[in-house]
Amino acid sequence: MSDEGGTIKKFMYVNRKAPYGTIYALESLEVVLIGAAFDQDVSLAFVDDGVYQLVKGQNTKGVGMKNFSPTYNALGDYDVNKIYVEKESLDARGLTVDDLLPLKYEDEDDDWAEKDSICVISSAELAKLFDQQDVVFSF
Amino acid sequence: MKFGILVNEGPYTHQASDSAYQFTKAALAKGHTIDRVFFYHDGVNNGTRFTTPPTDDRNLVNLWGGLAKEHNIDMVVCVAAAQRRGICDADEAKRHGKDGNNLADGFRISGLGQLIELGIQADRLVVFGD
Repeated sequence: MSDEGGTIKKFMYVNRKAPYGTIYALESLEVVLIGAAFDQDVSLAFVDDGVYQLVKGQNTKGVGMKNFSPTYNALGDYDVNKIYVEKESLDARGLTVDDLLPLKYEDEDDDWAEKDSICVISSAELAKLFDQQDVVFSF
Repeated sequence: MKFGILVNEGPYTHQASDSAYQFTKAALAKGHTIDRVFFYHDGVNNGTRFTTPPTDDRNLVNLWGGLAKEHNIDMVVCVAAAQRRGICDADEAKRHGKDGNNLADGFRISGLGQLIELGIQADRLVVFGD
């Protein structure tokens, strides 16, 4: 296969699992970071236990695993700045956006103003967003 | 239609690999095109030739290998996921000083870029997983 230069598709990464317990969250993030080099139109969605991936103040000492949550802070530098978190999933777990990592990016179209990457949206809005995607990776 | 296939679970524990195999076979029989199957997460375990299921059960590794050969499918095992799970070809074994290798015929090891490329080039990317 050769690379088809110029094709820009809408890629959505759907993160559904807690950050630890299974490896899906970590390996999903690895795909996002590699995929960022391909200049596609990337969005991330966090639903169900996936919202725990973005919770700030994670401490993994007790389970002897690497705390990879600081890596999410780098997403803005990779031009990955459309991060959607499902409101119903936050509500069901007693979380609000204040419990999440304050992910930011610099908007090149607005004099590099620092803006929030995270957008909390309803399940219905998320469904509409899914409908617009070309490629949906579910992890 | 041109399908891309992503397999995220290993054989036997999950049905994902069976479903992906059956889907791939059926799609090809209907005249669709499948150029590449990408194996990620525990899906890389579909690519070890050391798999030895009971003789009265299906051998998914061989089934995939046979389908790939028959239809010239590029079957890619993610290198990072493979390294974590002890799947390697001769080159990888040499690079990491391992005393053997286990990648099955019909599979090759490469990077995640091959998955993104598949997403770009396929009309539909179908994900099989948990």
